[in-house]
Amino acid sequence: MAGPVITETGRAPNRAAPAPSPPSQPRLTWRQRLSIADVKWSPYLYVAPFFVIFGVVGLFPLLYTSFLSLFDRDLLDVESTFVGFKNYSTLFADPQFWNALVNTLSIFVLSSGPQIVIAVLLAALLNSRLRLPTAWRVGVLLPYVLSLVALGIIFANLFGPNYGLVNSLLELLGLDRIDWQANRFASHLAIATMVNWRWTGYNALIVLAAMKAIPKDLTEAAMMDGAGAFRRFFSVTLPMLRPTLIFVVITSTIGGLQIFTEPKLFDAMPGSNNGGSSNQFQTITLYMYQTAFETQHLGYASAIAWVLFLVIVIVAIINFLLTRRIASSGEAEDGAR
Amino acid sequence: VLAGAIALAAVAGLSACGSDDSGSGSSGGKIELSIGTFTEFGYEGLLKDYQRLHSNIKITHHKTGEGGPYHQQLLTKLAAGSGLEDVVAIEEGHIPDVLDKPQLFNNLAEIGPKDVKPDRWLDWKYQQGVAKDGTWIGYGTDIGPLAMCYRKDLLTKAGLPSDPEGVKALFQTWDSYFQAGDKYVKATGKPWFDSDSQVFNSMVNQLDSGYLTKDDKLNIESPDIKKAWDQVTSAGKRGQTAKLVAFSPEWNTGFKQSAFATKVCPSWMLGVVEAQAGPENAGKWAVTDVFPNNGGNWGGSFLAVPKQSKHPKEAAQLAAWLTAPEQQIKAFQKTGNFPSQVDALDSPELLGTTNDYFGGVKSGELFAKQAEKVGQAQYKGPGDGKIQENATSPALQAVEQGKSADDGWQQAVDAAKRIVG
Repeated sequence: MAGPVITETGRAPNRAAPAPSPPSQPRLTWRQRLSIADVKWSPYLYVAPFFVIFGVVGLFPLLYTSFLSLFDRDLLDVESTFVGFKNYSTLFADPQFWNALVNTLSIFVLSSGPQIVIAVLLAALLNSRLRLPTAWRVGVLLPYVLSLVALGIIFANLFGPNYGLVNSLLELLGLDRIDWQANRFASHLAIATMVNWRWTGYNALIVLAAMKAIPKDLTEAAMMDGAGAFRRFFSVTLPMLRPTLIFVVITSTIGGLQIFTEPKLFDAMPGSNNGGSSNQFQTITLYMYQTAFETQHLGYASAIAWVLFLVIVIVAIINFLLTRRIASSGEAEDGAR
Repeated sequence: VLAGAIALAAVAGLSACGSDDSGSGSSGGKIELSIGTFTEFGYEGLLKDYQRLHSNIKITHHKTGEGGPYHQQLLTKLAAGSGLEDVVAIEEGHIPDVLDKPQLFNNLAEIGPKDVKPDRWLDWKYQQGVAKDGTWIGYGTDIGPLAMCYRKDLLTKAGLPSDPEGVKALFQTWDSYFQAGDKYVKATGKPWFDSDSQVFNSMVNQLDSGYLTKDDKLNIESPDIKKAWDQVTSAGKRGQTAKLVAFSPEWNTGFKQSAFATKVCPSWMLGVVEAQAGPENAGKWAVTDVFPNNGGNWGGSFLAVPKQSKHPKEAAQLAAWLTAPEQQIKAFQKTGNFPSQVDALDSPELLGTTNDYFGGVKSGELFAKQAEKVGQAQYKGPGDGKIQENATSPALQAVEQGKSADDGWQQAVDAAKRIVG
């Protein structure tokens, strides 16, 4: 409806041009003005809800957090004291923060690494000729559909040090029982297993979609050139997956470094944010949450949030560069050809 | 299109208006009150009764399933200065944080009904709800007097006395309790109690001062607390602890597996034991009114009226009515929450209560007796509960996981300093 109206008004000055008195341009009716405003401004109005909501729940907290991180402020304090960058300097000298950072990176490496490798292999398998392909694809996605809380409770039970199934199995195999709660590395492994269980299938499906999009003639040409299955996979499929892999790596970096629910639910002490008896699996997000809402040091927690943000940016950049290198060998050959 | 934009603006406007009167207001001449509780207070029927008795009052009840998220919300809304109910329930463990900010609450001594006096409650319960500056913040609802639960069959098997009279000697003091534990471990090779922290918390609760002194200085390194630490950890290292973190899934399984023979038991724990140990262990558990070094308390709540409330007087009236002995007896019959009111403790309904799972023991009478044994309310400064949850309990768990008692102590002290500092 808006279309014809604007052409009408657009032409109006032209028609008026030959008239001797230029200042007496035909006055636009109220309706016409509205229509112009409509065309000009309504697109902004349509996108406005997103930006308004983002501004309120995204941008404002982000900025307010950075503001708050410069203050010594407890949750129930009436007024806060400006301390400049003191929260940050305390943070960098805080052994619990470094401990949490190492835990987070360790759990991240133990989860994201195997997860992406397995996801790509799983996608390759799902891409081969299978009976009931949809059933298999839905199957790998099932863990993702399950509630995270249910998953956490089940895994905490499986890895229970005294009555857990995993330890019973280890014993059955003649191996030593492992205290999954007490041992730092074992606890990271258990939590990473939880993460992998949930996310591998999801990533596999994304990779599978990208694999399906690879033109058949590329693989066929490689086959004609005498490339075996492995060679085809590494020299054709993998390089073609590069954009998808970068996406998967970046999203799993963002998610993996903010890991919270899994370690929280894994802790034997219900509701605890300690990440184990000696913080052996406390992640940065858990530490941040504990500082903000349990210890109630909001300023300090805001500083942790900003440092976590920087850590994620740095790790994401490193991962981006790594993924580009790993998956770029094929493209270089492409270019040469 | 413009119509759409106007609609959008209208919606925004509406929601803006909506938030204005979403708090407690009055509609149609009725005063609207709201009350926030967590888990089960047994108030549903009582609130209906109250509205029947007071035709000008309309009550909205906000129930939260778990205590943890409820109290976190409570503190956040206190900080935000809006959004809280007119009457809020506060659990014992969280009361120190609130007592530290009396300016955020109405003084019940001023706004509450004049006939509601401190002597309605057990003195220590009343004291727990009063801030240092004298502001009476909370009316007591229920309490958790401590007794000792034990497995008759396991004690007999270990050659220890298991009849109600015989066990008294075992549970007289902490020394005798740990000595009996040594005998039990020697005879059976099995642990005596569920976890170090459960015993340690009970011991610290009995001391004159908790983790903070009256002027809010860290007190964790006091000789009494260190002595309790040494006693518990050394008993634990001698095999007395089952190393099960309380309320964890493994702890639940531990009840079924008969992993331990004794358990410190606040009144509300009987239900937990019954639920976890299950019908297959019915009649094996017993509870005695002897608790090492006399009595103690674990748990219980308060009703408070935050300053945010628009109808503080009416809210205080509701809170006073709910915490009256008659109402708390009804709540007790519904949920088993043990009343904290002097008159309620003498009532025949309470004294006549028995517990079949624990061999038909007169549990009402037993816990009423235990409640009166609690002497002075221990002063709990801000951070007290957090030190227990995030400093001593995890450190004791670390000791159970293999850390030396000294290293564990250091961990607890460091963590406590971080919490208070």
